[in-house]
Amino acid sequence: MIQLDNVTKRFPGGQEALSGLSLSIDSGEMVFVTGHSGAGKSTLLRLIALIERPTSGQVIVNGQNTRRVKRRRIPKYRRHIGMVFQDHKLLDDRPVFDNVALPLIISGVGRRDAARKVRAALDQVGLLHKEKQNPETLSAGEQQRVGIARAIVTRPRLLIADEPTGNLDPDLSLEVMRIFRRFNEVGVTLLIASHDIALIDKLGCRRIELDEGRLRNGYKDDDEWLPG
Amino acid sequence: MAAWLTGHASSSIGALGRIARHPLSSFMIILVIAVTLALPAAINLVVKNARTLSAGWDNALDFAVFLKLTVAEDEAAALGRLLEQRADIDAVQFVSSTQALIDFREQSGFGAALDQLPDNPLPHTLVVRPGPGNTSASLVLLQEELANLPEAEYVQVDTEWVQRFHAILDIVRQAIAIGAALLGIAIVVIIGNTIRLDIENRREEIEVTKLIGASNAFVRRPFLWSGFWYGLLGGLLALGLVWYGLYLLGGPVARLAGLYQGNVSITSMSLVEAAAVVAIGVVLGLAGSWLTTARHMRRIEPR
Repeated sequence: MIQLDNVTKRFPGGQEALSGLSLSIDSGEMVFVTGHSGAGKSTLLRLIALIERPTSGQVIVNGQNTRRVKRRRIPKYRRHIGMVFQDHKLLDDRPVFDNVALPLIISGVGRRDAARKVRAALDQVGLLHKEKQNPETLSAGEQQRVGIARAIVTRPRLLIADEPTGNLDPDLSLEVMRIFRRFNEVGVTLLIASHDIALIDKLGCRRIELDEGRLRNGYKDDDEWLPG
Repeated sequence: MAAWLTGHASSSIGALGRIARHPLSSFMIILVIAVTLALPAAINLVVKNARTLSAGWDNALDFAVFLKLTVAEDEAAALGRLLEQRADIDAVQFVSSTQALIDFREQSGFGAALDQLPDNPLPHTLVVRPGPGNTSASLVLLQEELANLPEAEYVQVDTEWVQRFHAILDIVRQAIAIGAALLGIAIVVIIGNTIRLDIENRREEIEVTKLIGASNAFVRRPFLWSGFWYGLLGGLLALGLVWYGLYLLGGPVARLAGLYQGNVSITSMSLVEAAAVVAIGVVLGLAGSWLTTARHMRRIEPR
């Protein structure tokens, strides 16, 4: 599903966020990216979402080399990837329903079809009864769940999440992770950046640890990861 | 296709809703656009009315042949009938000195002063209307011939000022065209600037929608609709302003018509002209938002 070959990302200042990183994530996997802040977690996700382009190396997502995706085609490319953000990035000027419906409207899905899909997505995160509320009136955990509903409403095969539990307490974090787990069970590939090691260990998923833009020493990507 | 249409419908209503949500500032912008549109439209209307008014004078290419005071009334009338026989003359109206005095007394308001005169100072006059077959050269010849008549004292052709007036109207018309073009640019700038502020205010929303796969065209859509609405409402308000102006002018014009004993009435904008004002507003509104969004949408990318 995701393959990186010798990817380097250098920013204009000369600082290197990723240095010759290679890794591979299979379809249907649920993988965590960990590491200190500045280790390159976000950059990795941003390369996959085509918010950034690699300085060198290849990023292949869903069989598509991102290098070949023209600027004009980026919107269409992004529609096939669900994205969850630490600050959830909801729009406060419209109700929950409209927020979740946004990706469908962007893709030009018909109104009736969209309504059905939005309700299904809200149902999956347990917020069907809050569709008319404004995101501002919801708790942090609920807001993040709305963000997740928006990410999965188009049924993408790949979901990437950047510190989705960064602003949540342990209980809410676990709840969010359980939701992710359920998507994974129905075949969605997930790549989640997080530094909440305790939580990740509890879930027992594969972990990619980054350190200064490389895979952590002695931690090779193709190692069989055995849940403790 | 249906989804595309409903998408447009909802973003057009959304744009209208945003305009309605800030009634005062929106109204100010619409008012500025309306005044800018109404100005050339009103001046154009004035020129148009001046033209219709002067159209009556256009064919008033009559020669007034003032006869010598020594010419008797029956001689003058006979000369008139003789001239009427000519092929290049359409009609001759004989105005006796007595009749001329009566007319003058009525129209000038100098009645009392005229009564002081011992005798009638006015000559007999022949008002000669040239036939339609005349060219400007043959008219000059005719004028000379009339002036050379032994009975004639003086021939007056009172058309030069009409031509001058028309030349002035043409200049005004040109000036409007140039002024209107400048005002049009002003409207594009005003709307562009408004949309630019709107874009800045909604920067976060644009970033988020782009992040979840919105194309530039999609993000642009509501702003184009805003421009459309500003232009449309500005155009409609401009029509309102022009019509209100005409309504206010109605009274004075009626009084003027009374003074000139003429059939002076104001021509309003035709339906086509009114539609053109609104259409120009819409086109300029779209142009303003188009140019602004083209410049700014690319710049705003998710970070």
